[in-house]
Amino acid sequence: MHLALFVIFGLFCLGGALNLLLQRHPINSALSLIVVMSSLAVLYLLLGAEFLALAQIIVYSGAIMVLFVFVIMLLNAGEEEKTHGSRAAYLAGIPGVLALFCVLASTYVTLRTSFGQARLGNFIVTTEELSRVLFRNLLLPFEVTSILILVAILGAVVLARKEQ
Amino acid sequence: MTEVSPVLRILPEVLLTLTGVLVMLLEPVIDIKASRKPLGFLAISGTLAAIAATGYQLQLPPGTAFFGSVQSDAFSAFFHFVICGIVLVTLLVSLDYFEGHTTYVGEYYALILFGAVGMMLMTSSVELLMIFISLEISSISTYILAGYRKRSATSPEASIKYFLLGSFATSFFLYGIALCFGATGSTNLFDIARGIASGASPLLLTVAFGMMLIGLGFKVSLAPFHVWTPDVYEGAPAPVVGLMSTAPKAAAFAVLLRICYGAYGTMTHLWMPLIWILAVLSMTIGNLGALTQRNVKRMLAYSSIAHAGYLLVAFTSLAALGIASAGFYTAAYAAMNVGAFAVLGYLSGFDEKRTNLIDYAGIARRHPVAAAALSVFLLSLIGIPFTAGFFGKFYVFTGALNSGNAWLAVLGLLNSGVAAFYYLRLLAQMYMLPAEPTLEPNTMRARPGFILGVAILVFAVFALGIFPNRTLSLARDAGATFTSHPNPVPQPQAEAIPQQ
Repeated sequence: MHLALFVIFGLFCLGGALNLLLQRHPINSALSLIVVMSSLAVLYLLLGAEFLALAQIIVYSGAIMVLFVFVIMLLNAGEEEKTHGSRAAYLAGIPGVLALFCVLASTYVTLRTSFGQARLGNFIVTTEELSRVLFRNLLLPFEVTSILILVAILGAVVLARKEQ
Repeated sequence: MTEVSPVLRILPEVLLTLTGVLVMLLEPVIDIKASRKPLGFLAISGTLAAIAATGYQLQLPPGTAFFGSVQSDAFSAFFHFVICGIVLVTLLVSLDYFEGHTTYVGEYYALILFGAVGMMLMTSSVELLMIFISLEISSISTYILAGYRKRSATSPEASIKYFLLGSFATSFFLYGIALCFGATGSTNLFDIARGIASGASPLLLTVAFGMMLIGLGFKVSLAPFHVWTPDVYEGAPAPVVGLMSTAPKAAAFAVLLRICYGAYGTMTHLWMPLIWILAVLSMTIGNLGALTQRNVKRMLAYSSIAHAGYLLVAFTSLAALGIASAGFYTAAYAAMNVGAFAVLGYLSGFDEKRTNLIDYAGIARRHPVAAAALSVFLLSLIGIPFTAGFFGKFYVFTGALNSGNAWLAVLGLLNSGVAAFYYLRLLAQMYMLPAEPTLEPNTMRARPGFILGVAILVFAVFALGIFPNRTLSLARDAGATFTSHPNPVPQPQAEAIPQQ
C-alpha cells in the first residue's frame, strides 16, 4: 500500500516537475507546480510527518501558489520566447542537473548503510516532537524571525511608498 | 553556566531591537515636516548602550544560551564591538546626509539598528539555523538601505541586483545547512564538529562546506562571486556603502571563522586549498579591476573585494593566530573603509555630484580638512606604517609566512603594491591638479555629527596603527576561544529529546 502510493505520487511529482519546465505558458507552469507541491505533501504524509504535509498544502500549494498566479495575472505574462539565453540555460543546466544527480546518487549508494542518524523516521516526526523542537530548542531563531518580518515590512513601506 | 540568565547572552541585541522598535513607534509622532534627528540621537544612544552591554558580556564566563543557539564569548564580543562601532559612526555621518532628501529617515535608523541586530546575532550564533535567520535579517535590511536614493536610476537598480543575487546566495547557504544536517543529524556547530570527529560522511560534508562557502563568499564579495559589488556600491548612498562594505562582511567572516575553525576544525585539509584559491583570486581580480575604474565608488568596490582577499589570507594561518589576525584586520578595514565612504558621501552629497576621479581634481584646495581625512583613510588602505592598514596587513602576512604559506604572502604583498597605484592616483588627483572650474562650489557645510564620526575614525586608524596592542590582545582572546577549550560548555542540544 505504502509502496504503491509512493510510486503513484512520486511519478505525479516528477511528471509535474517536468511539465513545469516544458510548458511555455506561465499559468500552465504554475498549475503544474501545484501538482508537484501537493504530491510532495502526500509523500510527507507517507513518512508520517502529518504536520509537515498539512503545512505544505496550506503554505505552498495554497498561499504561495495564489501569489504566483496573482503575479502572473497582474503582469499579464504571455508565452515565453526562445532567446539565446534559453539555449545557454539548456547547455549549462542539463549537465549541471545531471552532475548534481550523480553526486546525490553516489552519496546515497555509498552511504546507504551508515545513514542512521538523519533518517526522518528516527526523531522529528510527529507534530508533538516538531513543536518541541521548534518552541524549545529553536526558540530563539523562532522569536528572532519576528525581527526579520519587521524588517521586511519596513522595506515594503520604504521602497513602495512615494516620497512626500 | 546556569547562573547566567540567557537574556544576558543576547543583551546587546535585545537593547538594539528595543531601540529600533522605539524609533519606529516615535516616528509617526514627530511632525511630518520636522527634522528626524532626535530619532537619530535615540538610535545612537541605543548603539552606545549595546557597546556597554557587550563590555558587560566580556565579564561573564563564556557560555551558551537558548538551548545552544547562541554563545557569548570573547570572539562574539570582539565582533560586537566592531559592528557596533561601524553602526555608531554610520549613524553619526548620516544624521545630515539624508535630512531633507527623503521622507523615510526614521525608517533608515530603524533599519540600520535591526540590521545590526542580525549581524551581531550572526557573530554569536553557534547554530546554523540561527545563523541563517540572522544572515537574512542583516541582508534584507542592507538590500533596502541600498535603494534609499529612490529618485536616481542607479540606486533602485543596486537594490534589486543586490536582492536577487543575495537571495540566490543565501539559498546556497541554506542548502549547505541542509546537507550538513543530512551528514551529522544536527545544525549545531559543536554537534557538527563531533559528527565530523566520529566519521560522518565526508562527501556530504565537503559539498555542504562548499555550498556554505559560496553563500558566505557572495556576502563578503570574494572573487568568483563578486560581480554584484561594483554595481551595488555605485548605486547605494555613500554612508550605506560604508556600512554594508564592512559590518555585514565582518559578521559573515565571523560565521566563516566559526564554521572553519569551530565545526570543520578537524578538516583543515579540506577547506585550506579552497580558501587559498579564493584569497588569491579575490586579491588579484579586486586589484586589477580597481586599476581600470574611473568611478571612485566602483574603484573602492573593487578595493573592498581585494581586502576581502587579504582577510582570507589570515584563515590560512594557525588557528588562534589566524582568528586573531582576521579579527584585527576586520577592525582596521572597518575603520578605514567606513571613513573613506563617509568623506566621499560628504564631498559628493546626496545627489552624487562627484562620481568620477576627474571630479575630485584639486579638491584639497576647496575642502582641505575633508581631503586630509580622506588621504588618511586612503593611505591606511594602502598599508602605510603608523596606520591601521599597515598592522592589519603585517599580522595577516606574517601569519601566512609562519604557517608555511610563503607564496600566499608573496602574492599578497605584490597585490598590495599594485593597489598602491590606484589609491595614490586618487590622492594625486586631489592634491596635484588644479580644481575643475566647471563644477560649482560645494555649499554643504560640515555638520557636528559628520565631524565627530570622521574624527572617531581618524583616531581609530591612528590608534590601531600606533598602539595596536589593546585591540590585538582582544583579538587574541577571541582567537583563544576556539583553541583553549574546543568544547566550552556542555551542549543542551546534544541531549536526546525526552520521550514521553
